[in-house]
Amino acid sequence: MTEDSRAVEISNVANVTMHGGAHAWRRRRESVIYALLVLLSLIPILTTFGIIYVLFSQAFAFFMEVPIMEFLMGTKWSPLLIPRSFGVLPLLVGTLLVTVAGMFIAVPVGLGSAIFLSEYASPRARRWLKPLIEILAGIPTVVYGYLALLFITPIIRSIFPQANAFNALSAAIAVGIMIVPMIASLSEDALAAVPSSLREAAYALGANKYEVITKVVVPTASSGIAASFVLGISRAIGETMIVTLAAGATPNLTLNPLESIQTVTAFIVQISLGETPWGSLAYKTIFATGALLFVLTMLMNLLAVRITKSKGRF
Amino acid sequence: MTVKTKEVVQLEPLVDVSHLIEPPAIEIDSGPIKMRAEGLRVDYGKFQALKDVTVQLPEKRITAIIGPSGCGKSTFLKALNRMVELVPDTQVGGQVWIDGQPIYSDQIDLAALRMAIGYIFQRPNPFPASIYDNVAYGPRIRRRHTRAELDQIVETMLKQAALWNDVKDKLRQSAHNLSGGQQQRLCIARSLAVTPHVLLMDEPCSALDPISSQKIEDLISELKEKLTVVIVTHNMQQASRVSDYTGFFLAEHTGDPGELVEFGATSHIFTSPKDKRTEDFITGRFG
Repeated sequence: MTEDSRAVEISNVANVTMHGGAHAWRRRRESVIYALLVLLSLIPILTTFGIIYVLFSQAFAFFMEVPIMEFLMGTKWSPLLIPRSFGVLPLLVGTLLVTVAGMFIAVPVGLGSAIFLSEYASPRARRWLKPLIEILAGIPTVVYGYLALLFITPIIRSIFPQANAFNALSAAIAVGIMIVPMIASLSEDALAAVPSSLREAAYALGANKYEVITKVVVPTASSGIAASFVLGISRAIGETMIVTLAAGATPNLTLNPLESIQTVTAFIVQISLGETPWGSLAYKTIFATGALLFVLTMLMNLLAVRITKSKGRF
Repeated sequence: MTVKTKEVVQLEPLVDVSHLIEPPAIEIDSGPIKMRAEGLRVDYGKFQALKDVTVQLPEKRITAIIGPSGCGKSTFLKALNRMVELVPDTQVGGQVWIDGQPIYSDQIDLAALRMAIGYIFQRPNPFPASIYDNVAYGPRIRRRHTRAELDQIVETMLKQAALWNDVKDKLRQSAHNLSGGQQQRLCIARSLAVTPHVLLMDEPCSALDPISSQKIEDLISELKEKLTVVIVTHNMQQASRVSDYTGFFLAEHTGDPGELVEFGATSHIFTSPKDKRTEDFITGRFG
């Protein structure tokens, strides 16, 4: 027995009852902490409901003046100049053009890096590379916007001289690069979560590495990978700074990525910066288009949650 | 390769002197040898897991590998079809032959080797796919099969694995809906579907209940007609029930490499082991 252990006195009765003031004080402290935490967690919930309320009440006011079908089906967007026209399709198509073209870059690059990181990179390389890729996600989007405008656009114009100084392709490439880390990181998580027992099982059946990856690992992780794609799409739809800087401000119903377009988000920026009278119809368009964006990204996020919960397609 | 039977003179003793007589030499019947290991050594990075194993595995017989935890049993098993190389930083020394061909060689087709030498894992690990797709996985890797061919393969293999009657009406259902024992038999069917010559089993019953274990044991005994089986087991009764030959592995101290202490006919190992350490282990004095 050491000196220390002899110094500890052990009574024969376990003392488990609290006495006097300590008791009441501890109880009160518990309830104060509880109330505080409830209050704090209410803040984001109430904020969300507040935003939804403002968004949809103002959007409703807009649709009192402009029929919703005219808004959704109209092919001309001109909310300020007379004759005014409120067809949102040019903005919507602009957003989808940038999103789809961006995903053409983000999906192969993101998934490819995820597969490399998870299946081929040595543990040491992975320890370095994954944080490096995640740093990409921390670059402010305004930097990507300038990258698009000052670096990507000149390259595009040297290849396609007819391309506009502001064009959808340039913005789409930058949006794609911006989304790569998100898809790479989330897909890598999904791939890494595939139990190694399944890989071993496939090797034991005579599969080579490529077959193990394409026929076991990726199919098993497919729901997580698909969810990363959907979240990427959601992010691309909501992306604002890059498209405002590089894609132009011309509501233009086109599928040609070399033309100047305007996305839903870029329009909201443009009209919010202008001198739009409070309560005017132009003012209300912000909320109508905002509500549209909200619905789109919410649908995507719900889809992502659904996919994540599904079992995937082996 | 043949091993000569040593003749044992049978005398009727007048008094019981069995404790004085040296136990008879290992009796190995003169059947052909399927696999052979010579000076097999495995290192995981700086840790040596297996030391100088030389052994012969008779064809169409069941060989049990017993020994306490950490004695290199599983490492030995994984070295027999080069699965051990999936662990990073693994080095293998010595050589293993199957039907006279060295497997640690540049000329070896790893995929063909692993198809020839199947592996059943401790925990059943079916793919998250249908029962049908699990069995069809191996055949589909290498070449295209018609629908009818695949149907035939799946049915045959599930019958061989004694699972057909349990699952014939739900082939399209997820393999994960099966019980643990059924999953393990499915994994056996999946391995059989690439027509292996040898089946390595790493404690295939350790995650199963006694009734499921019994079914797997029965299955192993049936497989003997077609295959050479090597089974690692923690269960002494299981080893003595199912196997024809037994190898006892031991690492003297924690951190020491495992080595093959004794190998012989199961009846001999369990009744009259030559090595004191084998006897101690079998009688439950340690491990």
